[in-house]
Amino acid sequence: MGIASPMDQPGTATESRLRTVADSLPLSRIGPFLALLLACAYFTYKTDRFLTGSNLSLVVQQSMVVGVLAIGQTLIILTAGIDLSCGAVMALGGIVMTRQAVYDGVDPVIAILIGTFVCVGFGLANGILITKFRLPPFIVTLGTLNIAFALTHLYSNEQTVTAVPDRQLYFGNTFRLHNTTITYGMVLMFALYIVIWFVLSQTALGRHIYAVGNNSEATRLSGINTHRLLIIVYSLAGLFYGIAALLLVARTGVGDPNAGQTDNLNSITAVVLGGTSLFGGRGTIIGTLIGVLIIGVFRNGLQLTGVSAIYQILITGILVILAVAVDQFSRGRQQ
Amino acid sequence: MTEPEAGDPAQAPTPVLEARGLIKRYGHVTALNGVDFELLPGEILGVIGDNGAGKSTLIKALSGALIPDEGAIYLDGVQVRFRNPVDARRQGIETVYQDLAVASALDISENLFLGREIRRQGPLGSLFRMLDKGRMRHEASMHMKNLRIGIHSMRQPVETLSGGQRQGVAVARGAAFARHVVIMDEPTAALGVKESNMVLDLIRQVRDRGLPVILISHNMPQVFDVADRVHIQRLGRRVAIVEPRNFKMSDAVAIMTGAMSGEQIPLS
Repeated sequence: MGIASPMDQPGTATESRLRTVADSLPLSRIGPFLALLLACAYFTYKTDRFLTGSNLSLVVQQSMVVGVLAIGQTLIILTAGIDLSCGAVMALGGIVMTRQAVYDGVDPVIAILIGTFVCVGFGLANGILITKFRLPPFIVTLGTLNIAFALTHLYSNEQTVTAVPDRQLYFGNTFRLHNTTITYGMVLMFALYIVIWFVLSQTALGRHIYAVGNNSEATRLSGINTHRLLIIVYSLAGLFYGIAALLLVARTGVGDPNAGQTDNLNSITAVVLGGTSLFGGRGTIIGTLIGVLIIGVFRNGLQLTGVSAIYQILITGILVILAVAVDQFSRGRQQ
Repeated sequence: MTEPEAGDPAQAPTPVLEARGLIKRYGHVTALNGVDFELLPGEILGVIGDNGAGKSTLIKALSGALIPDEGAIYLDGVQVRFRNPVDARRQGIETVYQDLAVASALDISENLFLGREIRRQGPLGSLFRMLDKGRMRHEASMHMKNLRIGIHSMRQPVETLSGGQRQGVAVARGAAFARHVVIMDEPTAALGVKESNMVLDLIRQVRDRGLPVILISHNMPQVFDVADRVHIQRLGRRVAIVEPRNFKMSDAVAIMTGAMSGEQIPLS
């Protein structure tokens, strides 16, 4: 493919088209999907309790909270950042929502908004510290992780909030579809994935998120305000942590100060399993959904087959290293 | 801050981009010491100078990347002030940087339109902010064709291209959106010989399509190959303007390094 000649030989045209197809379906794209399919096939073969509507619904319900956290985490990792604070921020949001409603007599819906607002505030603070003060995301979010954790425990007096009003539990409500129980929370999670898929692939904001993770200097020189972009991304992620808090409260029925302590790592695991590069700039939101489901399917399937939960953690660990190795390998090939 | 010297016998056309008496100091260091600069319509102007001669400072001032302490910049004879590169770009000055300034995982059309995306018409565009990818790809392929860059698919991620083709994307982007000037800052620094020649060809084509080009380069043979005039920078000032057609490269190097005085040659 010469740069100077207007048209190249027709032979290479087909070849390059084929190569384009191969490039657009790299291992990092189909790998996660294959892993999910294989896991499902294996557990279907092992136990006939796996592939039932009610069990799959359970898998999704168990994955819902991490699933929504992972949306925010995906946006951040695409910009070549990372957020360690997401689980702690979600826990704080959940405690604020429930305590405001239960102890301070705030209208439950207003209380939800206040809790979500706190989460967005943390995201905003992360974004400002990372851009305006040029601090590395890892350190900033390690700091806000501890701050949110401490605030959660101070504000809650180490007490779990019970007797949460019904209006805060709405997304735990269910409806039936062909004898399968589905919660509104599941519907909300899938809807959020579709919205973010649209934003990432079809709007300028989405393309800028990829561009800044890819080459932040080139993006800035293209006239894009990269600081503003990153602050938007971290705040948006905070919004998703707030929604995750609401889903957590709805699913468990309580405000738990000890919730979400490993969910920061779980969300990063899901993003990486989904084929998104920790170096930023490449990955898909659908991949993250698949990553979330892989974790969910392993947890559920090993439980059903009576294998100790510790094996799920072992397998997740191996998969994470595999996913990062695939990413590294495909990047190396392209250089 | 001298006024533009009137009464030039040749009565040259109004420069597209002009600078008078630019001064930029960094503490005790004077990077620009009252430098003058003119870019004429339809030319490729080479800018050469030894390290520390102030050539990159000059280019940064012209592209809005820094603000000079003193002096004035004129675009088509009208004084302008650039507070940042975006300002300069809005006024129609595009800069192509040396280090392949593209987002490698994005495809060609996305790179060409980065920061200037086209949205769909109607509510899909205004309400849902949906991009018109088809139109962007179509226009991208027109721009690439205009410069005779033979790449088949605008959906190809830039990382699958060779270094020369990548720089081709950056040049096409500059040429597509520049209304007045394209500045090329060491565009071949990261490239091999063959690819450098491709990019030099592209620079000529941009000029032939009517856009004047400023080419900053360390590579003297390249500059003497493509430039119509060469601005020689030394110790923060312009010491000579020469025409490669009737000037020896070795003399230009002598002026650049101070071995020969710039006053010995009349400004052409």
